Amino acid sequence: MGETGKHRAGQATSSTRREVLRFASTVALGGVLPSLAVRPAAATPATMKSAIAAVIGDAKLNAGRVKLEIPPLVENGNTVACAVAVESPMSASDYVKAIHVFNEKNPQPNVISVKLGPRAGRPAIATRIRLSDTQTVTAIAEMSDGSFWSHSVNVVITLGACLEDPL
Amino acid sequence: MARALIKVSPNPKRGEVIEIKTLISHEMETGFRHTNTGTAIPRDIITTFVATYNGEEIFAAQLFPAIAANPFITFYTIAKESGTLEFRWTGDNGYTASEQVKIAVE
Repeated sequence: MGETGKHRAGQATSSTRREVLRFASTVALGGVLPSLAVRPAAATPATMKSAIAAVIGDAKLNAGRVKLEIPPLVENGNTVACAVAVESPMSASDYVKAIHVFNEKNPQPNVISVKLGPRAGRPAIATRIRLSDTQTVTAIAEMSDGSFWSHSVNVVITLGACLEDPL
Repeated sequence: MARALIKVSPNPKRGEVIEIKTLISHEMETGFRHTNTGTAIPRDIITTFVATYNGEEIFAAQLFPAIAANPFITFYTIAKESGTLEFRWTGDNGYTASEQVKIAVE
């Protein structure tokens, strides 16, 4: 009787110890999590939106006329082939003024901004970019008449760039 | 002097749309990376690239850290007359580089 009582008492203390430990570990985790969060602030879809708004202003963003070519599945985010082509006659009065590329989750939303003119002949560019994570990449073309056209592609990244780089 | 490579057709026909491929060796350090000891590596990238054709600007690009190391840029122009294509890269820490290519339009 006394022994079971002791035993129970032991159980009670051990369970409270467990609880105490569990509580302590959650506190410790809580303490660790904020320090994990201290990384370069990553761009979010919202910052991409504001970066796009900074370029297009109040103009309407139409879908179409732009073709963003980027592989849908990328093994290494450090170099991703990226090509943008725009449908335009490229005449003296109707041409592509600029091409912008944006991303959602890199530390910065901008990728490249290009100025073109009627002398370009063909409104197309190609480059190699860095992508830190699986995300949506958006290309925007600014026409000489002031309209904006866009195309977005979702890219899956196996190994991201920027933060995971070994040094 | 950084090593730059330009690939362009040397003898295009008049009025032909020619492809220009440019590549320059540059680390394009993003400024978002850290060393093992935790110190931040400062940003060192090429920020602008401008191409001129006989002095007239035909292409300009603003580059961001999201451009991969050794920036490779392909674009197009119309071959109007024989002359010189000049390419100029400028970047952080006073970085400048330029390259010229002569083309003879038939």
